[in-house]
Amino acid sequence: MTSSKQNTLPLSRSDTWLIRVLAVASTAAACILVLIVLFMLQEAWPVLQRIGLLRLLSDPAWHPAEGLYGLAPMVAASLAIAAGAVLLAGPFGVASALFVRFYAAAPLASAFRLALLLLAGLPSVVLGLWGLTVLVPLIGRIEPPGASLIAGVLVLALMILPTIALTTEAALDAMPESYLRGAAALGLSRESTILGVILPAVKGSIMAGVLLSAARALGETVVLLMVTGNVVRLPVSLFDPVRALTANIALEMAYAMGDHRAALFVSGLMVALLVLLFVLVSRRLGGGWSFNV
Amino acid sequence: MRKHFAAARPAMLFTALLLWSGTVARADEARLILTGSSTIAPLAAEIGKRFETLNPGIRIDVQSGGSSRGISDARSGIADIGMVSRAPNPGESDLKFFGVARDGVSIILHRDNAVPSLTDAQITGIFKGNITDWKDVSGKPGRITVVNKAEGRSTLELFLNYFKLRNSEIKAHVVIGDNAQGVKTVAGNPGAIGYVSIGAAEFEAGQGTPIKLLPMSGVAPSVENVRNGSFPLSRTLNFVTKSEPQGLARRFIDFARSRNVDDLIKAEYFAPFAE
Repeated sequence: MTSSKQNTLPLSRSDTWLIRVLAVASTAAACILVLIVLFMLQEAWPVLQRIGLLRLLSDPAWHPAEGLYGLAPMVAASLAIAAGAVLLAGPFGVASALFVRFYAAAPLASAFRLALLLLAGLPSVVLGLWGLTVLVPLIGRIEPPGASLIAGVLVLALMILPTIALTTEAALDAMPESYLRGAAALGLSRESTILGVILPAVKGSIMAGVLLSAARALGETVVLLMVTGNVVRLPVSLFDPVRALTANIALEMAYAMGDHRAALFVSGLMVALLVLLFVLVSRRLGGGWSFNV
Repeated sequence: MRKHFAAARPAMLFTALLLWSGTVARADEARLILTGSSTIAPLAAEIGKRFETLNPGIRIDVQSGGSSRGISDARSGIADIGMVSRAPNPGESDLKFFGVARDGVSIILHRDNAVPSLTDAQITGIFKGNITDWKDVSGKPGRITVVNKAEGRSTLELFLNYFKLRNSEIKAHVVIGDNAQGVKTVAGNPGAIGYVSIGAAEFEAGQGTPIKLLPMSGVAPSVENVRNGSFPLSRTLNFVTKSEPQGLARRFIDFARSRNVDDLIKAEYFAPFAE
């Protein structure tokens, strides 16, 4: 196959059609995204204009019925949950990818990979239900009420662990064989090969995978709605109940009107903004591929 | 490829035609507009759907916006029927109220909680955070977990009204969305206290979920007591009209108050209105 961008051959008929179809499909996808963001802006506009972003972030509490629209605790909660989940799932995910790739016997590796794929495919509502009926009561025995920041972190870590493990594994697979051969020729042990050659070589793509899963953690809704307690306040301890931005929308949208509804759209815009930030950073890191050997 | 596109063209034309004919047909349909309480709106929409199936050519439009909008829209004639989830106020005797269903809220505890009942003052104290241990309300020592509803829910509104509380006064440890989540939260925490629609609580307790419903002022919490009006933490969900309803509005109100919609009412965890 010739690389399409450097293709100097004249385009065939079917190519012309394919290009048209691809152009229509990608333009449609991009337009829909732009329309969604515009729609959210339009819905959020009344409250942005009347109340202002400053008050939305600085109001002392979230009581829309009483005219208080403080979103800051929820922004903090969303970030705390995502950060916690990534800090927990990151090392485990990378470790399990290294284990599968370099240490596990073939049958064990394939069984483990299957388990990861299964975990990745598990609908979040199932994990949430498990969290609500098993994990939350367990945590509640240590420190009531149980529905808390830590419960959200644990369930989300479980959710994004397969993503991190699988992207890390893909990065390891994409690494040129010559690196390993070079390390072997230098007589390096397996440990030093992993720590000194492999990890430095793939750290950019690992970080990219981690940040992408962090973006997913930020956008997760159902699980958080079920296990974090949904009380709007700044998290101080791991056992404090918190409310994520996404859970806020899911909890109240069906019953909201006027400024309250618009403020929920601001919550949505903030999630979108945070996800965008994570994706941009992850692309920068992921751009550091250096396998052109 | 080209063939596919050619095939798609008549299909698009057909769709456009279909849409166009749809708008034309809609213009001469009979319409009934309902506005008001967001508690009643989902139920009214369900009843409306069934009414539309039984009476082709009729459209029932349901818009929520609160009980006060139901009153003002019915009075001004913007809506044919207003939806109001409370008893008529003294200044509203010019309007006609028709009870459609009754809504009741029950306080629920974990089944293993030894506390047999709570007074209104104790419940207020617990939800305001003044009472934080079960031993203060003659239970076994243990921290109380207050389970509150999310903003905008009708159960929250009914609860706040009854106990004369503002939502900002409640010191909640867990905030929940729907009734099922409330039941699961309380079932998973022996120190929890929450409140949910009686229909939902009664159903779950009957299924063996470890929760118990507390009596209020000595009245047992049951759908039956909500229906006959003896349970204190309950209210009537009304359809309201400006004058004695005629024609389509009359038919729809009669339909909504008939036995034909009992299943819809129960599905929303309300109690059918006593005939």
